[in-house]
Amino acid sequence: MAKMSGAQILLECLRQEGVEFIFGYPGGAVLPIYDALYDYRDIKHILVRHEQGAAHMADGYARATGKVGVCLVTSGPGATNLVTGIATAQMDSIPIVALTGQVRTTNIGKDAFQETDAIGISMPITKHNYLLKRTEDIPRVIAEAFYIARSGRPGPVLVDIPLDVSLGKIEWDPSSYQKDPDIPSYRPTYKGHEMQIRKAAQAIKEAKRPVLYVGGGAVQSGAQAEVTELSERTNILVTTTLMGKGAIDENHPNSLGMLGMHGTAYANHAVHNCDLLIAVGARFDDRVTGKLDQFAKYAKVIHIDIDPAEIGKVVHCDIPIVGDVKTVLRELLKYVEPRPATEWNRQIMEWKRKFPLIYPKDGQMHAEYVIDEIWRVTEGNAIVTTGVGQHQMWAAQYYKVKRPRQFITSGGLGTMGFGMPAAIGVQLAFPNETVVCIDGDGSFQMTVQELMTAVVYELPIIVAIINNRSLGMVRQWQELFWSERYSEVDLQASPDFVKLAEAYGAIGMRVTRPEDVEPALREAMSQRKKPVIIDFVVPTEENVYPMIPSGQSIEQMMLRKDLEQLRASVDTDGEQWSFAEQEEILKQFVEQPVRQ
Amino acid sequence: MAGITDNGKEHQHTITALVQNHPGVLARVAGLFARRGFNIESLAVSVTENPEVSRMTIVARGDDRVLEQITKQLNKLIEVIRVVDYVEHSAVERELALIKVNAEPKDRSEILQLAEVFRGRVIDVGEKTFLIELTGGPDKIDAFARLMAPYGIREMARTGVIAMARGTKTA
Repeated sequence: MAKMSGAQILLECLRQEGVEFIFGYPGGAVLPIYDALYDYRDIKHILVRHEQGAAHMADGYARATGKVGVCLVTSGPGATNLVTGIATAQMDSIPIVALTGQVRTTNIGKDAFQETDAIGISMPITKHNYLLKRTEDIPRVIAEAFYIARSGRPGPVLVDIPLDVSLGKIEWDPSSYQKDPDIPSYRPTYKGHEMQIRKAAQAIKEAKRPVLYVGGGAVQSGAQAEVTELSERTNILVTTTLMGKGAIDENHPNSLGMLGMHGTAYANHAVHNCDLLIAVGARFDDRVTGKLDQFAKYAKVIHIDIDPAEIGKVVHCDIPIVGDVKTVLRELLKYVEPRPATEWNRQIMEWKRKFPLIYPKDGQMHAEYVIDEIWRVTEGNAIVTTGVGQHQMWAAQYYKVKRPRQFITSGGLGTMGFGMPAAIGVQLAFPNETVVCIDGDGSFQMTVQELMTAVVYELPIIVAIINNRSLGMVRQWQELFWSERYSEVDLQASPDFVKLAEAYGAIGMRVTRPEDVEPALREAMSQRKKPVIIDFVVPTEENVYPMIPSGQSIEQMMLRKDLEQLRASVDTDGEQWSFAEQEEILKQFVEQPVRQ
Repeated sequence: MAGITDNGKEHQHTITALVQNHPGVLARVAGLFARRGFNIESLAVSVTENPEVSRMTIVARGDDRVLEQITKQLNKLIEVIRVVDYVEHSAVERELALIKVNAEPKDRSEILQLAEVFRGRVIDVGEKTFLIELTGGPDKIDAFARLMAPYGIREMARTGVIAMARGTKTA
């Protein structure tokens, strides 16, 4: 048996895990690994421009493919620069393995050059982490890291590799590598409890006003077919969280779009008035629930989740089912009987008609229009990534996706700058797909250096900057809740994004008129070798509606002021419908709270 | 979802976690408690009959939901093998205390008598102090400490509670 270095063993383990790409940045503590990479052809290394970008690329790759994303950085600043990216993955349960170099084991704790406690720093933001102490532990630890990252509720795992561990040479037989090792203290539950599933089926049968509330867990477990079948068979309408987008085709008549702070009014009305809330792989985030004691206050709750700790964490649950969403839904479908559409469905459809997502087509180039056009021109087939802010919410509202893993966004952590590096990971995984990063002028500038990475690897990403020359979401809050005291949200001073694109060797375009949106997008889509940055210059003082202010309930929901007017212009029957009238109708439904 | 919050009544629970005896596992558990805002009253850690497994006994306060979360979040840690929440009376709880108390000649026999009643042992006699070793439930140690207070406790160290189920049941 030939002797292999720790670095060679590491790469061989990665190959056996099916790793296609390593997103990384070299440095002193990972020199042996980079040396081994030099003549290793089975894995492609993507050289980033900042380690944060590496983490987001691995994350974007993982979100789009469902496979584990891998990033590799050096010790000290390399590791600390990963922190935001790892935390982003942790909050959205994304499987990545982050490999960090470390100083020699003999130097650990001595404040050596570029030493930092990567384990301590990453402990609260990883599913698990490892400090490798011996070369011979590499195969076991790498196998465990990948297995932990992708199984159960997925999440990031960090492996800290001291220099002497990757330098060390031992005899090792690559065929002895064992994927998916058994870890006695870690055995996720996939199969739901049958009694609980039967109870859930019974509750669905008895419910008068049920709603499906579907989150990222359904996307992760690949349960679109099951969610759709459950919805179709029972005529229960589906609202998804930001992370759950695509768990049902959003063009499906049973889809209510997103719920929560910037969710559709009809999804929020449906959840507010339902008597049975079927939570599927969702975790009752505060951006979804708003004021907790008002959220779905008449409803009995079924909660399906692979993570037992999510059950009862935020809200009371009547029928908990711990298990993998897809597996549980398949079982549930054995017991669920067909239900006809009821008056409740009609009511929700009525809300849908009365409170549409709508924006003025008045010759101005509104952000919503740009996103609507991106959706139309890409025929709803693009894989979309976003930054964080107003553009993200508009994208979530207006880019109706057909399938899971098509909308890639930082939900839990809300990481500005996520979009472009994530898009790089996505485009590498799917070279023939149209990948659009819908970004903000603020978000874009947080990780703009990765544009170089996209150019070097000839990735035809389209970056649609929704440029309102402002930190729009903060500006919106300051307008609505802070007496229009616009404190430090002005981004008038930004680079010329067209020239910036050109400086990087990308293509830059600027669009200021609505009629130019489509031609620009078509031109961008015809490019298959270079990233295209389109600077869409949109108005500054526009807000995302609907909006339920933080910590409040649907009663405080703000709709756009011109909603009635806009709706009247598209609604042929011209029927007017005030909030008071709507409350009257609600009362008929909410005869009796289900539970005290 | 009316009634989503319970009445919020706080209880004290003794929780035992069997964990893999790895470096850093204590940091994970302590970090979890700090991060999630759980209150720890005491924490005792030691190796078990199996050298690869450590036993952590945690006394924590909180309402039912908090205590349920503590158990579930502990279980999520990869290195945690098992978590047992000892509900009242099903387990024996003990801790050990070392108490250094002022012992002037005139008080010595009185202190010795009290220690006797509590089955404490004097393990060091100084010119002006006794060092008393005492085991028992936390209440017993509290009571003894109260009785010693008038003489003047110079120093006290407590191990924190360890617990074990009665009968054949094991964690």
